Amino acid sequence: MIPHDETMILETPFYSRCLAACEINLWEDWKGYRSAAAYTSVEQEYFAVRSNTGVFDISPMIKYRFTGPDAEAYLNRLVTRDISKLGIDRVAYTVWCDDNGQVMDDGTIFHLGENDYRLCAYARCLDWLMWSAEGFDVTIVDETAEIAALAVQGPTSCSVFKNMGFTGIENLKPFGINRYPFEGSEVMISRTGFTGDLGYEIWVDPALAETFWDRLFEAGKLWGIRAIGSAALDMLRTETGFLQAGVDFIPAEEAIRTGRSRSPFELGLGWLVSFDKPVFNGRKALLKEKKEGSRYAFVYLDVEGNKPAEHAFIYAGSKEVGTVTTAAWCPTAKTNVAFAQVDAQYGKVGQELVAEIYYERELKWTRVMAKCTVIEGAVFNPPRKRQTPAPDF
Amino acid sequence: MTNKYDAIIIGAGHNGLTNGAYLAKAGLNVLVLEKNSYIGGATVSRELYTDWKYSNCSYVCSLLRPEIIRDLELPRHGLQVVPYGGGVTFKENGDYFGNHADHERLLREVARHSKRDASAYERYEADVMKQTRLIRPFLMRTPPDPTSLKPRDLKELAVLAKSFGSMGEEGLADTIRFWTMSIGDFLDEYFESDVIKSHLAGSGIIGTALGVYSPGTAYVLLHHYMGDVDGSVGAWGFARGGMGSVAAALSASFQSFGGTIQCDAEVDQIIIKNGKAKGVALANGNELYADIVVSNLDPKRTFLKIMDEGDLPSDVVTKAKNFKIRGSSGKLNIALDGLPTFTGLPKDSPLCLGEKHFIDSLPRMERAYDDWKAGTWSKDPYVDMLIPTQIDPTMAPPGKHMMSVFVQYAPPKVNGEDWTAEDKAGFEKTVIDQISNYSPDFKDLILHCETRTPKDIEDEVGLTEGNIFMGELTFDQLLFNRPFPGYAQYRGPVKGMYMCSSGSHPGGGVMAAPGANAAREILMDLKLNNTVPGGYDDD
Amino acid sequence: MINVDKKYDVIVVGGGHNGLVCATYLAKDGRSVLVVEANDCLGGASATSEFADQFSVSSCAHWLFQLNPDIASAMGLNNQGMQLAARDLSTIALAEDGNHLTINGNNLEGGDISEEDRQAFVAFNKKILKFCQLLAGAFNRRAPKLVEGNLTDRLTLAKLGLGMKMLGKEDMSDLMRLALINIYDVMEENFDNELLKGAISLDSLLGSHMGPRSPNTVYGYLYRRMGDIFGFKGPAVVKGGMGAVGQAMADAARAKGVDIEVGAAVSKINIDVDRATGVTLADGRVVNAGLVVSNADPKTTFNKLVGLSNIETGVARRVKTLRMKGDAAKLHIALDSLPAFKGLTEQQMGQRLVIAPSMNYIEAAFNASKYGEYSQAPAMDISIPTIHDPSLAPDGKHVMSVIVQYAPYELKEGWSDKSKEAFKNLVLDRIADFAPGLRDSIIASELLTPVDLEERFHIHGGHWHHGEISLDQILMMRPFPGASQYGTSVDGLYLCGAGNHPGGGVMGLAGHNAAKEIIKRGQSA
Repeated sequence: MIPHDETMILETPFYSRCLAACEINLWEDWKGYRSAAAYTSVEQEYFAVRSNTGVFDISPMIKYRFTGPDAEAYLNRLVTRDISKLGIDRVAYTVWCDDNGQVMDDGTIFHLGENDYRLCAYARCLDWLMWSAEGFDVTIVDETAEIAALAVQGPTSCSVFKNMGFTGIENLKPFGINRYPFEGSEVMISRTGFTGDLGYEIWVDPALAETFWDRLFEAGKLWGIRAIGSAALDMLRTETGFLQAGVDFIPAEEAIRTGRSRSPFELGLGWLVSFDKPVFNGRKALLKEKKEGSRYAFVYLDVEGNKPAEHAFIYAGSKEVGTVTTAAWCPTAKTNVAFAQVDAQYGKVGQELVAEIYYERELKWTRVMAKCTVIEGAVFNPPRKRQTPAPDF
Repeated sequence: MTNKYDAIIIGAGHNGLTNGAYLAKAGLNVLVLEKNSYIGGATVSRELYTDWKYSNCSYVCSLLRPEIIRDLELPRHGLQVVPYGGGVTFKENGDYFGNHADHERLLREVARHSKRDASAYERYEADVMKQTRLIRPFLMRTPPDPTSLKPRDLKELAVLAKSFGSMGEEGLADTIRFWTMSIGDFLDEYFESDVIKSHLAGSGIIGTALGVYSPGTAYVLLHHYMGDVDGSVGAWGFARGGMGSVAAALSASFQSFGGTIQCDAEVDQIIIKNGKAKGVALANGNELYADIVVSNLDPKRTFLKIMDEGDLPSDVVTKAKNFKIRGSSGKLNIALDGLPTFTGLPKDSPLCLGEKHFIDSLPRMERAYDDWKAGTWSKDPYVDMLIPTQIDPTMAPPGKHMMSVFVQYAPPKVNGEDWTAEDKAGFEKTVIDQISNYSPDFKDLILHCETRTPKDIEDEVGLTEGNIFMGELTFDQLLFNRPFPGYAQYRGPVKGMYMCSSGSHPGGGVMAAPGANAAREILMDLKLNNTVPGGYDDD
Repeated sequence: MINVDKKYDVIVVGGGHNGLVCATYLAKDGRSVLVVEANDCLGGASATSEFADQFSVSSCAHWLFQLNPDIASAMGLNNQGMQLAARDLSTIALAEDGNHLTINGNNLEGGDISEEDRQAFVAFNKKILKFCQLLAGAFNRRAPKLVEGNLTDRLTLAKLGLGMKMLGKEDMSDLMRLALINIYDVMEENFDNELLKGAISLDSLLGSHMGPRSPNTVYGYLYRRMGDIFGFKGPAVVKGGMGAVGQAMADAARAKGVDIEVGAAVSKINIDVDRATGVTLADGRVVNAGLVVSNADPKTTFNKLVGLSNIETGVARRVKTLRMKGDAAKLHIALDSLPAFKGLTEQQMGQRLVIAPSMNYIEAAFNASKYGEYSQAPAMDISIPTIHDPSLAPDGKHVMSVIVQYAPYELKEGWSDKSKEAFKNLVLDRIADFAPGLRDSIIASELLTPVDLEERFHIHGGHWHHGEISLDQILMMRPFPGASQYGTSVDGLYLCGAGNHPGGGVMGLAGHNAAKEIIKRGQSA
């Protein structure tokens, strides 16, 4: 008999612990997994990361493993960054493009060993990975369900890990990887995250997931550790200027309408494109774009007032020049931030624009034309994020 | 009773009624004639077994243009379309592929068969949606004549060219590829799993005398994807009360504008005098007169049967003879004593609400076509089976069910000879046996089975060869080529004579667009105000 | 011979007829050109080989019927010693009862052909040739881009559009319809005679993975009949076999200063970052050039010579999804004496003989190939060249060359000695149905399946046309979108083989058009 999959809702390896922690019963679907949108209060969860330690279950992240003699060459052709420069036990954030230089998705590449890599992405992309593998000697395995993962983020996160016995963790540099013995197995810790703060991501055998969670929370008690949901994470990533696929750009192969996809340059991610290496997907088109100019610019806006500019049209004078993709009031930076896609010529830092914001109070809608200024980038970018050894808090 | 009308429409199918409704709405005195004792053509609900209603021809609804539903106030006239989700393709090895209604759930199911296919599925959906978006705006437009230099044709051609041009060079090339490829080759570019390919390929061959490897079948898939239920493009639903309620609502709308329907009135001949349509002669000898005569019959019947060769330009006769309208589908309508169970599938699985198929690879589907080519029904057919009573309680007594089984392929003639009772029994057995292989209690639940061969469909409904689309949906018979080049603007070759059937653009399926588009052309010729709504913009 | 120290302007990879044509035109333009060919003879699939002691045969293509006359005269092929042993041959559709149908131009004889069919055939030919004439306007130039086209493309489109209008309303609409449908329906619309319908159907699908009922086959027929526009009133037999065409072209190329080296397989097309820089030969020699033009098919070019890892994924996907699996096998028979076909004189046996007694016969033969099986009753195109050109065999002996369809490239059981032997016997038996006693005079025989053709001629899938000629793989979709104007995504790398517009057959236009495009691009090529 063939085992039929009647599972309507998938559970992560930490599910029992998430369930216990989720006091307000607010869940959402993340690639089929039941994932907490919030556990107690979004605001408290947000501040846990900015002041203590917040724990976010990232097990549903799609994870692919690449091995074989051509693994490095393969990834180097796949993504825009030069992976040959990525040392072992290092992690790189990157995007990958189609032939037209349009961004298909973003993710992080973990260099685990000689010709041994892991790619973490929000969306499934095995089809593209397999097409890209034609002509390479590389083995690609979807190991999403084989690895449990948590983001442990916040100023006290290093202290928590030290208290767990992970000695030397404070010396782990941003985008570095350490491994520690754990319960007869091993836990991999990378200094990576989606919050823009001091923080780590841990990667562990699903069988040890619950034990790890328990030990982590036990160790973190004194440092105010708490589980956080996706709503808080969204505030965190906005404050620190991280893009989200499907929100801030449409993955190129999912775009139905001509011209809706974006290049790395048009997403402010030109720094991820390395023309110093030979052929990679999008190279020709991106070289051309670099020469001839982009259509759009992705900008960070400091918006006047305290009304989030959600879905706002952006004007330069009376001319509509773009729209907001992400907007939020940032509680730590005390700034009203918006990400917007605007016509390329309006993308320079210092450019004055206007956001047409609609907001509602007791069913009454009000429209404000809020001034905004194009700013450099993340409004929250603390030194502790970069410091090595990581500071004690 | 008068025998003089402003317009006479031949055939009370959904397009005839739609056409009539718009003409009547413009103030014309309109008569719709129907040969059968009931209206609807292939859009009917019939009680062939006491207390059971069979949608015994068309059986699901998606293509019916929302502009028309709303404009003719069909909901007020009783039409309710209830979407259904789900769907299953059973595999020979006991497994199945479940087409879950929820997108994420569906992708997980695809991943169960192939992880790679799960990510390819999103590319597939986006690419098909690109094509759908391209074609949808043209459903409620009259195709331009590319050979004409008239301003209107040039303008419409420009609209068409602009729309196709907006795809970009590679996008346009991919569009042309899509329109000319076989569904099998198309799916091979996306998927590796046989069962997923065969599940999706069904839409490429339904009602079509081509195989999954025949070029041109990818477009046929599009024809099944371009409809929508409440804006959900590609979704399908049941008309509550069976497909007859579509006809009933159209007829009520038509009559609310003062239109008249006459059943049991078979038209023998369109009367032409001095090169102009003057009315119709009925089979019973009566003559009815109108300066506008609209045929809702398929092009072959229209030009070769109810018109005199002498009244027609010779090219039309040749073109009608060469028109591809092939019988390739049969149908079983079954009254069930209870809900059958399916091996390996929980009885309460939401998948059961959708359509079921019992063929799990493209080669098996192609062999089904080979049988048809050889002149017989498929020994291992592709069936599209639904039990609408799971959602629509009006079609059978409580606890009882009605099953609609669409079967591809069945030939119009068996080895060149008319269908015999023996053939028909053999065909029925083939289909029932195939389903029984996956549903052990199915046979015992059968209370009544109506088996319809293409011949039966032709005899009763009047579709030549029993072709459900009133003409093959291949590119040589689409857009400005439908039904034939030079006659795609609903005007017949004789002044005052028009065509409004599915044999005209945009083709078959319960869409009502040909009827509406034809009305717009007629009103334009009469210099009357247009009553036909334009299409909704997808953006 | 290769001058390794020289940096050529252009290296042409592959000395097939298109490669030689392309090289000649480029040399005429003043460029230094090198042609490297893996095999020892030139002409590619236009080849002659000795398949048995003292018996030679045209080992792939065996008729000349599409060679573009402008190219032939520009290259001076007649001065290079290419001679036709026979031309304007009839096609004889064989009937098992010996009542064969002979087709020559507009004339039909035998086969109980009716007067109606005769008349319909004249009208049919007229219409088809009118359409071919129109297509010819698009064949000798690059396929126009539709959206991003420049002036050249728009002129081509305008010319085509005008040509369509000039056809008149009726023919224009007929062309739009016919080009998309299958030959089966067109035959049924026009004719009654089964032999006639079968013979025409065979012409519409030889070398392709289609049956008479496959839409697109009418286009295949128009493609076949382009030869008529190029001055052929039927197939011709080349003296010395088709290899003589390749030889003459090579001589023409040399006369224009082209360096040619045979027996020099290219192992790799070299790319420096974004640009092709030359080739590396199997023996390790590296030859540099400003441009590399590949006469290999698109799959071989990208899969093997460029490497899919050296192009972007989207292009690699296009290469992978390009359909080119051959269905045609070649059977070569060395005969002790002229076979005796029922109802045929020796003169008639010298014509083109086809075994395609009905459309359903071909369709049934095709069915098998869809499932990876060879036809139990295959369709055939037979030539006995020795009737016109005794030089191919010892005195009094003969050679029979047969194109057999369908023999799928991916045979389910695999092409082994066993399966080849079984298929060969089946084919011989089938021919013997028409020519009893054939087996008694066989001295030797050779079957080349698509796998063998792939190996011998380095054509992926053993597909003559370097890619199915179907509507989704012609014009700006040939070989695939994004590479339709001979240039590729790799700067300095061009394609000139049959995989490109307008397609296969010994026509020479793909090579000619590629050369024209390179010359037009000049410095920016």
